[in-house]
Amino acid sequence: MTKTITDVICPFCGTLCDDVEVVVSDDGKKLLEVANACVIGTEKFLHSQEPDRVTRPRLRQEDGSWKTVSYEEAADYTAKMLAKAKKPLMYGWSSTNCEAQSIGNEIAEIAKSCCDNTAAVCHGTTLIAVQDIGLPSCTLGEIKNRADRVIFWGCNPAHAHPRHMSRYSIFPRGFFTGKGQMSRKMVVVDPRCTDTAKMADVHLQIQQGHDYELLDALRVALKGEWLPDSVAGIPAEKIREVADIMKSGRFGIIFFGMGVTQSLSKNHNIDAAIALTKDLNEHTKFSIMPMRGHYNVTGSGEVFAWQFGFPYSVDLTRGFARYNPGDSSSVDLLTRGEVDAMFTIGSDPGAHFPISAVKGIAKVDSVCIDPHMTPTSGVSKLHVPVAFNGVECGGNCYRMDNVPIDCRKVVEPPEGMLTDQEFLTMVLDRLKKLKGVA
Amino acid sequence: MANSISVNLISGRTIQQGVAIESGKEKPSYRTACGIIEMDPSDLKKLGAWKSTNVKVTSDYGSVVVKAVEATQGPHPGVAFIPMGPWANSVINPNTYSTGMPTFKGTPVKIEVAINEPVLLGIELVQKNCGVIVG
Repeated sequence: MTKTITDVICPFCGTLCDDVEVVVSDDGKKLLEVANACVIGTEKFLHSQEPDRVTRPRLRQEDGSWKTVSYEEAADYTAKMLAKAKKPLMYGWSSTNCEAQSIGNEIAEIAKSCCDNTAAVCHGTTLIAVQDIGLPSCTLGEIKNRADRVIFWGCNPAHAHPRHMSRYSIFPRGFFTGKGQMSRKMVVVDPRCTDTAKMADVHLQIQQGHDYELLDALRVALKGEWLPDSVAGIPAEKIREVADIMKSGRFGIIFFGMGVTQSLSKNHNIDAAIALTKDLNEHTKFSIMPMRGHYNVTGSGEVFAWQFGFPYSVDLTRGFARYNPGDSSSVDLLTRGEVDAMFTIGSDPGAHFPISAVKGIAKVDSVCIDPHMTPTSGVSKLHVPVAFNGVECGGNCYRMDNVPIDCRKVVEPPEGMLTDQEFLTMVLDRLKKLKGVA
Repeated sequence: MANSISVNLISGRTIQQGVAIESGKEKPSYRTACGIIEMDPSDLKKLGAWKSTNVKVTSDYGSVVVKAVEATQGPHPGVAFIPMGPWANSVINPNTYSTGMPTFKGTPVKIEVAINEPVLLGIELVQKNCGVIVG
């Protein structure tokens, strides 16, 4: 007999779908089927069942080969590395739960380390912009029930957040949006004709990297002032048409993604997008929301902000929290070669940092805590595989609209495997002893 | 037809990239999903390359060999796309301009045909670039 578990939370993207169904074997040790999740989420659940999974920590030897070690030895290595280092970097946190993040912060405080999460290469610039001018936002539930103008700017949910449009933003029939997609106008701004853009009522195929100009042109159009013939490759009449679409709605939302955060101008693009949202509120109700990537990157920002006062790029090396992106941010620290120990958890900087920064990881003592084999584990000295959070252990996570949702454990991890929380607690105990902290 | 062409490189997620990272970055499927460059048909023509030809992509910051494929989300002449991952990150502009964020989108690159050069696996590529000894 098998058991079906309903209302399971999907630990892949910031949409944090909460309607997944999982079929497990009677003894709860095997995960057999996944329903309702997108293809990526399904793969995440099923990958936990692979027979070739690494189940014990591995330490790299002089000759480059791996030697299997116990979790105790791995915790010893990690604690000693952090105790010895002058400027360790503890990076990642976005694919683990808030409980583990909080233990990690305690470790970081004792080790006087730099702490950062994956916002560093994702929505970090958004956080800077939010600190500049604020963020008029809302929840995904409000969007489902109210939004009749939906703008996707520099994001491609058809690929990156596959169920976002069907659960919240475009297709659902909400309280005031009873006709589903028929009751919404959809505008996509993207330099490529993406699969999201193909669905849109209007696609503005913007010249790459000219988002700031187009956002400002929309503000000008809203005010009915003069515009040049074309801005960022978009004709003036098209800009005026989109401005009219936006202000004629009852409730609008701008979703934005890496197209604005990672292109030149960076945080200033988002400043302009938030200013546009503010201007639109003179005509109708408008909100703006970043499309967060990892399922708990938002939670990591919350926990950092709650415990240290800043949402990412925190530097504790002086014994108190400082925040200065460009100086205390991971990519810059690694590229400048300032880090003398690297601790990675729940993320893959090896694959997603520029190669010049990855070289900084390979040069120093390093620990990678990740259930998968990744480029980061490939350049790290110690690889600690752990249970999949959200599949093999539960814990608190934050959806992209800052709504906390408790992930659920649906299946047992392979025998003897620890969770992030358990391993971090072992490291914390050892570090306290090494540093003489009670 | 030219020996090399210059385009504006962007990177980002694709659903195939998402599935590949969750099914194992050590597998060849990760290379199939992300060790590619999506090019507009007009750019492929300018370069004189067939679809699925290996090409060398070079920027001021590095170079990498990937497979040239026809744009799946085009047309976008003058813009090329490598899905996020170690292949893209071998060539993108790492400057953060004091924001902490590298410039993942908008790196000028040169593309040339490299029919005899192999596309490396993801972990292998990073290890090679970082000079990690593998046993």
